[in-house]
Amino acid sequence: MRIGALKESYAADQALFDTAFQRQMLALGALALIAFPFLANEYWLYLACLVSIHVIATTGLNILTGYTGLVSLGHAAFMGVGAYVVALAELKLGSPFLLNLLLAGAATAAIGMVVGIPSLRVRGLYLAIATIAASFILHFVFQNWTSVTGGVRGLSIPPASFFGRALDQPSELYWVVIPIMILMVLAAANLFRTRIGRAFIAIRDRDISAEVLGVPLLRYKLMSFGLSSFYAGVAGGLWVYFFRVVTPESFPIVYSIFFLAAVIVGGMGTILGGILGAVFMTMVPEALKLIVGLLSPWLPNAVAILSPVRTVVFGGLIIGFLIFEPHGLAEIWRRIRRFFHLWPFKN
Amino acid sequence: MEIDWLFFFEVTLAGLGSGALLALTSVAFVLIYKATRVVNLAIGEMLMIGAYLFFSFAGGMGLPYWAAIPLALAGGGLIGWIVERAIIRPMLGENPISVFMITIGLGSVLVGGAELVWGPNPTQLPDFMGSAPVFIGEAYVSRKIAIGFVAASGVVAFAVLAFRFWRGGVALRATATDQAAAYSCGINVPLVFSCAWILAGMAATGAGILVGAVGGIAPTMGVFGLSALVVVIVGGLDSVAGALVGGVIVGLVEAWTGTFIGGEFKLLATFSLLIFILMIRPYGLFGTVEIERL
Repeated sequence: MRIGALKESYAADQALFDTAFQRQMLALGALALIAFPFLANEYWLYLACLVSIHVIATTGLNILTGYTGLVSLGHAAFMGVGAYVVALAELKLGSPFLLNLLLAGAATAAIGMVVGIPSLRVRGLYLAIATIAASFILHFVFQNWTSVTGGVRGLSIPPASFFGRALDQPSELYWVVIPIMILMVLAAANLFRTRIGRAFIAIRDRDISAEVLGVPLLRYKLMSFGLSSFYAGVAGGLWVYFFRVVTPESFPIVYSIFFLAAVIVGGMGTILGGILGAVFMTMVPEALKLIVGLLSPWLPNAVAILSPVRTVVFGGLIIGFLIFEPHGLAEIWRRIRRFFHLWPFKN
Repeated sequence: MEIDWLFFFEVTLAGLGSGALLALTSVAFVLIYKATRVVNLAIGEMLMIGAYLFFSFAGGMGLPYWAAIPLALAGGGLIGWIVERAIIRPMLGENPISVFMITIGLGSVLVGGAELVWGPNPTQLPDFMGSAPVFIGEAYVSRKIAIGFVAASGVVAFAVLAFRFWRGGVALRATATDQAAAYSCGINVPLVFSCAWILAGMAATGAGILVGAVGGIAPTMGVFGLSALVVVIVGGLDSVAGALVGGVIVGLVEAWTGTFIGGEFKLLATFSLLIFILMIRPYGLFGTVEIERL
C-alpha cells in the first residue's frame, strides 16, 4: 500500500527511480545478480549471458521502433556486423576486447545510419521493407566477401581475455556481460530524459508535427538508427565472444523477427518492456525444449518438431500480444503494481 | 565478347515467365492492400500453404489435377477468410505498423504449421503439365514456364477487368478510396474486406501451384513472397497494372543477373532495385502518392 509519493524538488520528480521502495528493490536485485553465479549451474549462467545479450539488442531496437516509431527488420543483420567486426579485430588486430566492442558498436552505428538514409524519403512500412532489403544485402556481403568474412565457413575466434585471463566459460563471461548490459540499459533509460530522447518520442507521435516544432527529422532519425545499431553492434560483439564463431547463418532474418517480437511482447516504448520482452522470448524456446523433452516418451519425433513448434509459438505470441495486450508485458507488470499500490482500497 | 542473341532471348523469355508468376502473387498483395490497407508480409507463406494444399489433394489423396486445383483454390480462399476474420478484423483502425507486424507473425505461424504438417524437406509437385518443350521461333521455353505465363497473364487480365467493370470490383475500389463514404452508399464494407482476402488467398494459391510446379515446394518457398514485395514496391502498392509491369521488370532483372552474373547475385540485384526505387519514387511507378496532412 502506498499513500502518494511526496516529492519536494524538481530533481526528485525527474529521478529515474523515484521511490525509496523502488531503490530498495533495485539494490536487492543487484545483490541477487551478484549472488547468482555462486548459486546457479553452468546452464543457468549460459542462459543469463544469452538473455543479457538479447536485452542489449532488444533495448537497441526499442530505441528505434518503440521510441522513434521506425520499424526495422534488419536488427539481426546489424548484430551480425558487430559480430564480424569483433571477430576481425580479434583475429587481425588482437586489440583488447572492450575496445573491440566499442569498435563494433561504432562500425555498426555507421552502417545503421547508411541504412537509415532511405528514412528521409520513406516512412513506416516502406522503411520496414527497405530494412529487409538492407538485411539481405548485408547477408550477401557476409556470404560472398570471402577474403574478409571467411565466406560460408565464417570466422572462429579465441576467447576474450581480460587482464590476461581467458573468459571462455559462461561463469566468467557473466561478470563482463551483466555490467555492460546494466550500463547500456541505464544509458537508454537516461536518453529519454534528454532533448534527444524527447525528440525521438515527438517523431514517433507525429513526425510532421515534430518537424513543424523544430525537430530536424533527418538528423534525429539517423541518430536513432545510429544509436539503435550501436546497441546491436555491441550485442553482436558480445554474442561472438559468447559463441566464439560467426557464420552468415548466425543472423538470419528470423532473428530480426525475434527481436521485433521481443519488443512487441515486452511493450513498445518502455525500457522495462525491452528487458521483459528479451527475457521472456529467450526463455520461451527453453521452456518449449523442456515441454517437448517431457513429452518425448509419447511423441516419437519430439526433437524434430521442436523447431517448427518454436516458429509457430513465436508467430502466435506476436499475433496474440498485438491483439489482446498491445502494450505488452510492461503493461501487465504495471497493472500488477497498481493493484498492490491501491490495495486494500480498490481492487 | 560475342553475345549469343538466341540464348539471351531464351533467358528473357524465362524471365518473363517468372515475372508473370511474380505479377500473379503481387495481384494477391495489391488486392488486400487496396481494400484493407494492410501490407501483407505473409503473402509468400499463403502461397506456400496453397501449394501444399494442392500437393495434399493431388499427391496425397491421388485426385486428378482438374479436381485438385479447384479444391486447393477453395482451401486457399478459406484460409484467407479465416485470417481476415480471426486476426485482421480485430485490428481494424489500429496503427498500420501493428497490422504489418501481425502479418509477420502470421507468416511465422504458417511456416511452422506447414513444417509440422508436411515436414521440413522440399518435395516435388506431381507433374500435371507434361514436359514437352515449347518453341517460340527457335527459342526453347520450358513448358511449365510457358503455361505459368499464360495462366498468370490470364488471371491478371481478369483482375484488371473485374476491377473496372464488375460490381464487386467497383465496390472494392470505392472502399479503398473512402471507407465511410462507401458505407453510406450502401456497400457492405466488412463483406468487401472478406472478399478481398478470399480472392487474394485464391490468387496466392494459384501462384503457389504454378511456382511449385516449376521449382518444387518447401516450407521455405515463402521467400518468393519477398520478390513479390519488391514487385509491389516497384509497381506501386495499390496498382494492378503496376503489379504487372513490376513483375515483368523484377522477373527480367532476376533472370538476367542470375544467368549472366551469377545465381547468388539474384537477391542482391532485386533488393538493390528495391532500394533504388524507394529512393527515387517511394510510391512506385504507378502508385497513388499519399499527401500528408496534419
